[in-house]
Amino acid sequence: METVKLTIDNREVEVPKGTTIYKAAKSLGIDIPVLCYMDLHDLKVENKPAGCRICVVEVEGRRNLAPSCSTDCMNGMVVKTHTTRVINARRTVMELILSDHPKDCLICPKSGHCDLQDMAVRFGIREIPGQEFAEMSTYKKDFSPSIIRDVDKCIMCRRCETMCNDVQTVGALSAVNRGFMSVVAPAFEQDLEKSPCTYCGQCVAVCPTGALTEVDHTAKVIRALSDPTKTVLVQTAPAVRVALGEEFGMEPGTLVTGKMAAALRQIGFDYVFDTDFAADLTIMEEGTELLDRLTRHLNGDKNVKLPILTSCCPGWVNFFENNYNDMLDVPSTAKSPQQMFGAIAKSYFAEKLGKKREDLVVVSIMPCLAKKYECQRDEFKHDNNPDVDYSISTRELAHMIKSFNLNFAELHDEDFDRPLGESTGAAVIFGATGGVIEAAVRTAYEVQTGKPLPKIDFTELRGMDGIRSATIDFNGLPISIGIAHGLGNARKLLDDVRDGKVSYHAIEIMACPGGCIGGGGQPLHHGDSSIIKARMAAIYREDAGKTIRKSHENPYIKQLYEEFLGKPMSDKAHHLLHTHYFKKGNKDIYI
Amino acid sequence: MSHIKVGLKPEQIKAIQDICKSFNNEPGELINVLHKTQGYFGYLPAEVQEVVAANLNISVAKVYGVVTFYSFFTMIPKGKYPISICTGTACYVRGAEKVLDEFKRILEIKVGETSADGKFSLSCLRCVGACGLAPVVLVGEKVYGRVSPDGVKDIIKEYQD
Repeated sequence: METVKLTIDNREVEVPKGTTIYKAAKSLGIDIPVLCYMDLHDLKVENKPAGCRICVVEVEGRRNLAPSCSTDCMNGMVVKTHTTRVINARRTVMELILSDHPKDCLICPKSGHCDLQDMAVRFGIREIPGQEFAEMSTYKKDFSPSIIRDVDKCIMCRRCETMCNDVQTVGALSAVNRGFMSVVAPAFEQDLEKSPCTYCGQCVAVCPTGALTEVDHTAKVIRALSDPTKTVLVQTAPAVRVALGEEFGMEPGTLVTGKMAAALRQIGFDYVFDTDFAADLTIMEEGTELLDRLTRHLNGDKNVKLPILTSCCPGWVNFFENNYNDMLDVPSTAKSPQQMFGAIAKSYFAEKLGKKREDLVVVSIMPCLAKKYECQRDEFKHDNNPDVDYSISTRELAHMIKSFNLNFAELHDEDFDRPLGESTGAAVIFGATGGVIEAAVRTAYEVQTGKPLPKIDFTELRGMDGIRSATIDFNGLPISIGIAHGLGNARKLLDDVRDGKVSYHAIEIMACPGGCIGGGGQPLHHGDSSIIKARMAAIYREDAGKTIRKSHENPYIKQLYEEFLGKPMSDKAHHLLHTHYFKKGNKDIYI
Repeated sequence: MSHIKVGLKPEQIKAIQDICKSFNNEPGELINVLHKTQGYFGYLPAEVQEVVAANLNISVAKVYGVVTFYSFFTMIPKGKYPISICTGTACYVRGAEKVLDEFKRILEIKVGETSADGKFSLSCLRCVGACGLAPVVLVGEKVYGRVSPDGVKDIIKEYQD
């Protein structure tokens, strides 16, 4: 590999050609401040528009200061990162950014997690010269079912634009207008709700300020908890338990399943249940659908559509309704675990309690912002009563735990309640990319072949590569499986399928990089993708520690079918656990 | 920015498709495509941008970003009689701004806007090469020289058909 030698702050360093000054300095332990720059190395995502100019350094022989995030190292370069000129320039840039930034930090939803606030603290900014003359932006706030845009707080770092366009290929956001009026917005500056936004929340996950935040439903949850006429149930998604601890200063990848259950019980939920139960149920329905389509396909039925696509991820559902509306019969009709849980809670469990569905309130804790939109979709309501009333994010749950005076780290582990809290290892791995299809394989294999699995861990389906594929031997029948995470990768894979370049029996797609563990509702990773990897390792640790690791062996799932549903894909199961999809957008008539 | 629904006719959609095709539906040709398309429609309403985006396979938000970045592109249709006031150096020093203010006052619109009845639109341009006649005003193709603020209402009257 070709290398270059240079000097940074009087220290020599040799780096591969093409390395930026910022990265070379980092390798020496020199921490140049950055704001617009973001590097999610494991996901192959880099945002370096060199827009904010916080990271400028002095390069000997160069007239102006160089943005270190996007300037490559050259042989013999002499770089200084903290001369008076550099420090003054950085401070001026910071003061200019702050001059038209709202100063309501105390009540900002990003307070304490804001990169701009951190930077102001780091530079010790105590006054903003000339701010009394500064013009302030007064852009309308945009409230969607999942995401709030308050672009007065936008600093034009354009990280959201990179996520929305380059990584997710959703194309909901773009920089529009010019000069002082420039802003990141959907087309025609319409509300997000009218754009192709999938509510994946990746823009929120990378926004350094309070410009993009989630819709907060915690007040509604607290109101329901204090209503004596309501029985309040909570369900928690698999990815929450591997990330929640981070909000309380624990190491990324700390498993807090037991503490989380204890906290939810102390907060006052009447039943602490688990979305993992519904994930097992999803496998029963989706796995059966896969085998049904596969068998018909092998018997020569030309009407059957393969590959079957997973449909657990509401961001992904929104994406294909917008972009692949010619393929709406391809995804599995199985509802997502969140919605299956709601449907069963407000039918089977309500009957058990002898209560009406209106008297139950179902709350979900999700790593996801699209789930907020999903639970509000009309097809998931019964007489205008939603199956899931409120969906709150991992971050919102952390706020609730703090405001309920609980010392999270000191809580003793507790179990989930029965019956809707029992789950298997197969359900836990739903939280990581590749997990849903691995869980489906574990069950489908045994149902199809009638034999026990020779091994339970399908490591060939795991990993962080954006697009993966594997062939699983179903006792002589090779089943080919595709996996994509991140919507840009999903688009690539789906385009290849549509063009007939590749063919699979089944495909798993998750909208967020890494799967739900990297969801838009998770604790903010601030550009450190090793956090997502640590969460993934924790997911597989939790799976390995479970006594039952196959969905069809969950005793309470068996009981649910015996007592209530009959068998997978029965009429009743169809009515409660399956859905249909809608065409969105009118792109097709314009081409 | 208002979302004007124009209700594109099939032949208009076809015209945009043809423009895109003449640039091989190449996303990098967006500015050229928009230029040609504005030449055809006179402006770039939202639906036209949606068609361009679909055919070049780029997001509508990106297209809108480009349309709003370059001042040449407009989403507002020009009036039946487009009025342009030269604010080049010669016209400016001879009082073009006062003339412009008078147009704005009488028509009750700003630069870049079109009157509610769709009759007049107002824009500024830089030098039409008739500096000897400064300040100069154009209505459509017709040139008016040595315009004074007092003469503005007479010019407008000519077009009150």
